[in-house]
Amino acid sequence: MEILVASAVGLMTAVGIYLILRLRSFPVIVGLALLSYACNAFIFASGRIVTGLPPILSKTAAGYTDPLPQALVLTAIVISFGMTAVIVMMALGAFLESGDDRIDLAEDDK
Amino acid sequence: MHHWIIVPVVLPAIMGAFTLLVLRTTLDLARVFSTAATVALLGVSVMLLHGATVNGPEVYFLGDWPAPFGIVLVLDRLSALMVVLTAFLALVVQLYAIGTGWDRNGRHFHALWQFQLMGVCGAFLTGDAFNLFVFFEVLLIASYGLMIHGGGRDRLKAGVQYVAYNLLGSTLFLFALATIYSVTGTLNMADLAAKLPGLPEGDFALIRAAGVMLLMVFAIKGALVPLHFWLPATYAEAPGPVAALFAVMTKVGAYAVIRCYTLFFPEDLPATGLLFADLLLPAALITLFVGAFGVMGARNLGRVAAFAAITSMGTLFTAVAQFTPEATAAALYYAVHSTLAGGALFLIADLVISRRGTGTLTEALPPLPQNGLLAAFFMASAIATAGMPPLSGFLGKLLILDATRGPDMAIVWGAILMSSFLVILGFSRAGSTLFWKSQGTPGDLPTHPAQPLAFAAVGGLLAALAVWTIAAGPATGWLEQTARMLHDPDAYIAANKLGAE
Repeated sequence: MEILVASAVGLMTAVGIYLILRLRSFPVIVGLALLSYACNAFIFASGRIVTGLPPILSKTAAGYTDPLPQALVLTAIVISFGMTAVIVMMALGAFLESGDDRIDLAEDDK
Repeated sequence: MHHWIIVPVVLPAIMGAFTLLVLRTTLDLARVFSTAATVALLGVSVMLLHGATVNGPEVYFLGDWPAPFGIVLVLDRLSALMVVLTAFLALVVQLYAIGTGWDRNGRHFHALWQFQLMGVCGAFLTGDAFNLFVFFEVLLIASYGLMIHGGGRDRLKAGVQYVAYNLLGSTLFLFALATIYSVTGTLNMADLAAKLPGLPEGDFALIRAAGVMLLMVFAIKGALVPLHFWLPATYAEAPGPVAALFAVMTKVGAYAVIRCYTLFFPEDLPATGLLFADLLLPAALITLFVGAFGVMGARNLGRVAAFAAITSMGTLFTAVAQFTPEATAAALYYAVHSTLAGGALFLIADLVISRRGTGTLTEALPPLPQNGLLAAFFMASAIATAGMPPLSGFLGKLLILDATRGPDMAIVWGAILMSSFLVILGFSRAGSTLFWKSQGTPGDLPTHPAQPLAFAAVGGLLAALAVWTIAAGPATGWLEQTARMLHDPDAYIAANKLGAE
């Protein structure tokens, strides 16, 4: 289980960073989304990986999983969702204004 | 516990929402309410500053949950000082935006402005590392909107770069926080300070990695080389008043470094030791020169101001990286100075660019209307930014040099003096192209409204710099006391009442 989660986080991070280096707005946005997925899985793992245990008080529970990372991950998901929406809108605006979707600035603006 | 501590967060939040929902169609009313809210924010923050000076650190338990289980806001001298600085800069720059009509160029300027203030004040006040992340995101999302205010091809492109860079930074922030949580089981800053010294040796590697990732996040915010690439395009393309307000956003990065790395990653922590100082100082010294060469080489006034901001962050981080009470006090004095000077410089650049129609420095244009006044303003802000006497930049750099002792003395002194010289050269070149090498008659430029309010706002910032220079004696005494409390944070930790249940 640990190996599966760890390699999933690593793979998503690697793919995300590769896509961000592509310098076109669509791959960059997908890359940022993948990075935030990796991040969310990582935050979950920071509360230690357990299966089938409740996060809140229960009379029958044999043990508990840490509830705080779940609250943190919820915040992180909401924020990254909002941010992705913002960057999609801005990238769309930049594409419509300039006619191309390159992330780097034009040569005459440096 | 009094409730005033949360006012700098709640007041802009309510006013932002109110402006957005009720006043979205009437700009005049939005101006009145937004300015009144910022004036109130300044008043409350001055009161908080007085309270923090008299009473020491105070903690506000949100929802009355005890720390470390609930989120806390902590008011101490440093956070109160930064909130006052933010409110003052915001008020002056807001008057400038109203005086020049920048707030008319797009929609929802004042709502975004208030949300921006909410994020910045929250980041200064929070005592919880995850809450710091949340307030970073609040200030960022408002800054995305302000950055592209008014639209335009280049501004939108620079905006997408800025957002992409900062989203990467946010992801890094989350990775760092999750690692810290997995090792210590807490994200309350005072609780971290209490728990990190007793960390088992097997966790040292993890906490070092987390500490360095956190440092990188703050370095992105503070535009430290090699993580500064977002700044020049963003600041040069952002609307003038927004760039001036962003002068306090880079200080959020510096503030976070001072707060976190004196409170829970101090130099006597066995797990990390001198690791952060050893990373921060070389980066800060290189930042000095990247900024200085940028000021010299820029072909556009907006870029000159942006690279000057990078140099001043290099100077600030050079002082911060020493992690001694003397150097921290010098850093705080310089931080206040460079916020005011940076804000003034961006506003003056905006005044000049709007009158010339372009910011280019490669060709001479007809003399500007109000040439003499603008030249005097530019000269004053250039002197302040470069650190020449008689303004506070000189005193700030002198304090930093004076606080630098020991093996790094030669290299730090050399770097600060050399880079200041290069910045002076760059500003002289820009100033002489703009104001002396004019060709043609003044009538050749299109006429431009006089905008007295905008000039008054710039004058207000320069006057604040003069006051900060004159008040240097009492101010440094107060800041030394503040720095001593930062480096000996027992009162800060005790105020959180950990384990008091």
